[in-house]
Amino acid sequence: MYSLIVFLPLVGFLIAGAISLKGAMDKTAAAGGHDGHGHDHGDHGHGHAGHGHAGGHDAHGAAHGTHAAAHDDHGHGHDDHHEEAPGSRPAELVTTGLMAVTALLSWVAFFSVAFGEGEAFTVPVLSWIHSGALATEWAFRIDTLTVVMLVVVNTVSFLVHLYSMGYMSHDPARPRFFAYLSLFTFAMLTLVTSDNLLQMFFGWEGVGLASYLLIGFWYQKPSANAAAMKAFVVNRVGDFGFLLGLFGVYVLFNSISFDAIFANVGSLEGAQLTFLGSSWDAATIVCLLLFMGAMGKSAQFLLHTWLPDAMEGPTPVSALIHAATMVTAGVFMVARMSPVFEMSHTALTVVTFIGATTAFFAATVGLVQNDIKRVIAYSTCSQLGYMFVALGVGAYPIAVFHLFTHAFFKALLFLGAGSVIHAVSGEQDMRKMGGLRTVIPVTFWMMTIGTLALTGFPFTAGFYSKDGIIEAAFVGENAFAGYAFGMLVIAAVFTSFYSWRLAFLTFFGKPRASAEVMKHAHESPQVMLIPLYVLAVGALFAGVAFSGAFMGEGVEEFWKQSLYLPHGEHSILEAIHHVSFWVKISPFIAMLIGFAVAVYFYIVNPEAPKQLAARHDALYQFLLNKWYFDELYDILFVRSAKWIGTKLWKVGDGRIIDGLGPDGIAARVQDVTTRVVRLQTGYLYHYAFAMLIGVALLVTWAMFYAGGM
Amino acid sequence: MMAFPDLMPALPEILLGVGALVLLMVGVFRGENSTNVVTGMAVALLICAIGVLVLAPADGATFDGSFIMDGYGRFLKVLVLIGSAVAIAMSVAFARAEKFERFEYPVLIVIATLGMLMMISANDLIAVYLGLELQSLALYVIAAINRDQLRSTEAGLKYFVLGALSSGMLLYGASLVYGFTGHTNFAGIHMVLERDGASLGFVFGLVFMMAGFAFKVSAVPFHMWTPDVYEGAPTPVTAFFAAAPKIAAMGVLMRIVIDAFQPATADWQQIIAFVALASMILGAFAAIGQTNIKRLMAYSSIGHMGFALVGLAAGTETGIQGVLIYLAIYLAMTVGVFACILAMRREDGSMVEEISSLAGLSRTNPVMGTLLALLMFSLAGIPPLGGFFAKYFVFAAAVDAGLYWLAVIGVIASVVGAYYYLRIVKLIFFDEAAGTFKRCRANCA
Repeated sequence: MYSLIVFLPLVGFLIAGAISLKGAMDKTAAAGGHDGHGHDHGDHGHGHAGHGHAGGHDAHGAAHGTHAAAHDDHGHGHDDHHEEAPGSRPAELVTTGLMAVTALLSWVAFFSVAFGEGEAFTVPVLSWIHSGALATEWAFRIDTLTVVMLVVVNTVSFLVHLYSMGYMSHDPARPRFFAYLSLFTFAMLTLVTSDNLLQMFFGWEGVGLASYLLIGFWYQKPSANAAAMKAFVVNRVGDFGFLLGLFGVYVLFNSISFDAIFANVGSLEGAQLTFLGSSWDAATIVCLLLFMGAMGKSAQFLLHTWLPDAMEGPTPVSALIHAATMVTAGVFMVARMSPVFEMSHTALTVVTFIGATTAFFAATVGLVQNDIKRVIAYSTCSQLGYMFVALGVGAYPIAVFHLFTHAFFKALLFLGAGSVIHAVSGEQDMRKMGGLRTVIPVTFWMMTIGTLALTGFPFTAGFYSKDGIIEAAFVGENAFAGYAFGMLVIAAVFTSFYSWRLAFLTFFGKPRASAEVMKHAHESPQVMLIPLYVLAVGALFAGVAFSGAFMGEGVEEFWKQSLYLPHGEHSILEAIHHVSFWVKISPFIAMLIGFAVAVYFYIVNPEAPKQLAARHDALYQFLLNKWYFDELYDILFVRSAKWIGTKLWKVGDGRIIDGLGPDGIAARVQDVTTRVVRLQTGYLYHYAFAMLIGVALLVTWAMFYAGGM
Repeated sequence: MMAFPDLMPALPEILLGVGALVLLMVGVFRGENSTNVVTGMAVALLICAIGVLVLAPADGATFDGSFIMDGYGRFLKVLVLIGSAVAIAMSVAFARAEKFERFEYPVLIVIATLGMLMMISANDLIAVYLGLELQSLALYVIAAINRDQLRSTEAGLKYFVLGALSSGMLLYGASLVYGFTGHTNFAGIHMVLERDGASLGFVFGLVFMMAGFAFKVSAVPFHMWTPDVYEGAPTPVTAFFAAAPKIAAMGVLMRIVIDAFQPATADWQQIIAFVALASMILGAFAAIGQTNIKRLMAYSSIGHMGFALVGLAAGTETGIQGVLIYLAIYLAMTVGVFACILAMRREDGSMVEEISSLAGLSRTNPVMGTLLALLMFSLAGIPPLGGFFAKYFVFAAAVDAGLYWLAVIGVIASVVGAYYYLRIVKLIFFDEAAGTFKRCRANCA
């Protein structure tokens, strides 16, 4: 069954990929014959006039067309007469069907493993690498943590597949899109089922690849290509850390299999790693390196810059990869390695600090963004920070629980945002929306549910997990726990504010979109709404239904041995039930404050935000420009690397190596040649002279030599 | 009363001598249109000589020890005969096209070949000079054979004047050697040197003789004639000059330094090493600046003689073996290149002389382009082609003999030299075609 779960998406990828390749080849072959539009096939996918909607609306005006050209992000803007790739329908049906099976099986696995009696077990697949002392199997490690991730990944992936059937219905390259989605799912499943660090790294890189491909899915857009590259390169920094951590683990444990690592984790006590002549605490070094990988993948502070830009990809991709699953891989990895992280107090402190800082930082930036997807992206970033705080203070179950609930409401928000964008002809700027409540009521209600869950409205999913994290931070014992608590509460205020701001700007007030757009605004088709319903159910009830098992009384039976669980009366899971009332109430208060401010700013007095921004222009610009991280990195890394590269190229290679090396030698050879050739005058007496000189020289030399003997 | 000398060891030479006279008679009596007959007979005669050499070997010294026949000589003689025969065969179509069909041409080549064989077998200073002059006089005429053409006559005249100068040096050196050792016979010289050591006067003579031989193998600084003569002489003549006489001159040089001057190795070794060094370097550098393929081949042959002399400079048995291998491979490469050049003809019927006209040959004539490229790779010394092994053996011998610096400079020179060989390959394969060539058949003119 587990093999099916993991490999069915791979099968889907292969089938859809084959269809896509076949279509591309046929198209290339036929390109010569297609006079009308055969030549500009490569140009579709964005920015064309025309809507081509299934509903068959009347003619679209020119104004609409330019709109679409400027902002279209969801693949609607191409010519009506455009031919879609052959086999699109079978490709999406096959991949979505396989995902449906996979998702169903994951729920079965979830209930049988997490709520069953059985111990964790391993499903061997094949023997992978045997080299010296390194023996790596390809195997599935099935325990509660794995099945939780399976449920999250496969459910969201299935819903996104389904949603994409509607959302991408006019994209010319649907087989490719679905192939990538399935490839991503396969890689993510490899990651979460991995039995050892290397297999995890394989999945880790696989999701990175899929993410790159999907962010750059509309490769005709330069901005999408740039974003894809940025995501890839920034992730490379983290992956470098991950790899070093992997090597470190191998050095320390002589194995990279989780079983062997966890069995010998006690040997880390006081172990030292010597590097460059100085000794370091082995556990701290390894954990920090692994955490560096997690920071990259989960877009934590300093390595977060790629995530907002990744919103260049299609919205379902943002929902699946950049909200619900891939970005949580870092959280999953730290949770998986929790026994090792427990060995290093320092590393956990760093995790707490980075998490708290990310939560706060991303929330502040989210306050002022105008792009609907970017707001949610920063929100994701912020929520990932929450999860890392939970990990940092040792409340691993709560972190994974938040991962679980967050997947539902964040995917819901993203897919809802996609539905909104869909409705307003590809517009993403919230300043050009407004008043959509009546036009797309279903989407409005779904988004509202998502917002409630995100802000932690009582008894929604986010309420349980997020409040749990804040309480855990309060009782946490490391040096930054207090800092984290403060940051998280402030971030909660901001979260509530920007979430409601998003809702109010989008759905309330007067329509700010052009009349043309409003005329065509329409509710999404059912194929897109059904995933919203399902996710909304999750966002509302996942907390109530599962909080007991994930972080309540049933925690030991639920997690079994899959996570490091703090034991005893003073364990953090126990302690959060005994915090004072004001701590318990603080997230709720924070939410109310944020909500109230948002109501005042965007409903009661819409002029207030502008005045505030004008009064604190520096701060506003600082936040609007995302703390100037992109600019800073551009100067620090991009420009300096370019500068070094240019210097090495022009001076190092061009002038020194080439100049003194090949080019210089070649030039000297040419000089010598010119002179030698000039000797050949053609005059007989010159030649005879040369001979006589030669003889004279040789005689002189021989005479001296003979005389010297 | 002198005993009648044993003629058997000299049978190939006698055959060629008599044959040459017969050919001359045939030519004279049949007149101008006898060229084809004489050419055919000349090739047949040379092949006969090879047959006699290989099938009826008669080793030994004769003519009072001034003529010697041995395995070494036989090997070189076969090479020389092959070179001559191919040169005659290659010239047929060319001579017809250039309108210098003369029956004297094959006869002169046969006579020159006779001189070369005598050089190779010479075991006495007088015999060396006899053979050398017989060869040289014939070559002077051959260089100017296209006497209606200014460049050909200029080449012949230059060659003659400088050749006479070098002959004079050689003769002067030989007389000094004779004067200071009292012998003209190699064995006698060897005996005296071993007994008395090398006197200053002998060293004088040695240097002059080396200069004379260096001229014949066109080694620096006695190479100046080579590019002009190669360029000016008709192409088949150049092909002939590039191969057979070089082999003969190397043969006699090696025999004389090993058989006669062996006790004075330290003296001649330096001279040979210097000459080898200078030749390698000049051959490599000067060829880069050439645009004419015949001039390029002239510098190439200078360089190659330098490489071959490296083996001789080692002065050991392996060195000599290396030189012999080198000469055999050099013969094949040089003759091959000239055959390619001669086989190509532009649309207007003119010969290919400029390197640039080889551009794009791989497209206009893929077979020829590939062959020429292979030959160039071999000349550059790229494994696994013959040119590599030729160089490998002489350098290995030099290293064995402790002449590391010579081997190192040799390798550097061959790297520089590779540039101009590979430039031709690049022209052939990667440049735009300069024009198509007709394949030159016997009737192409």
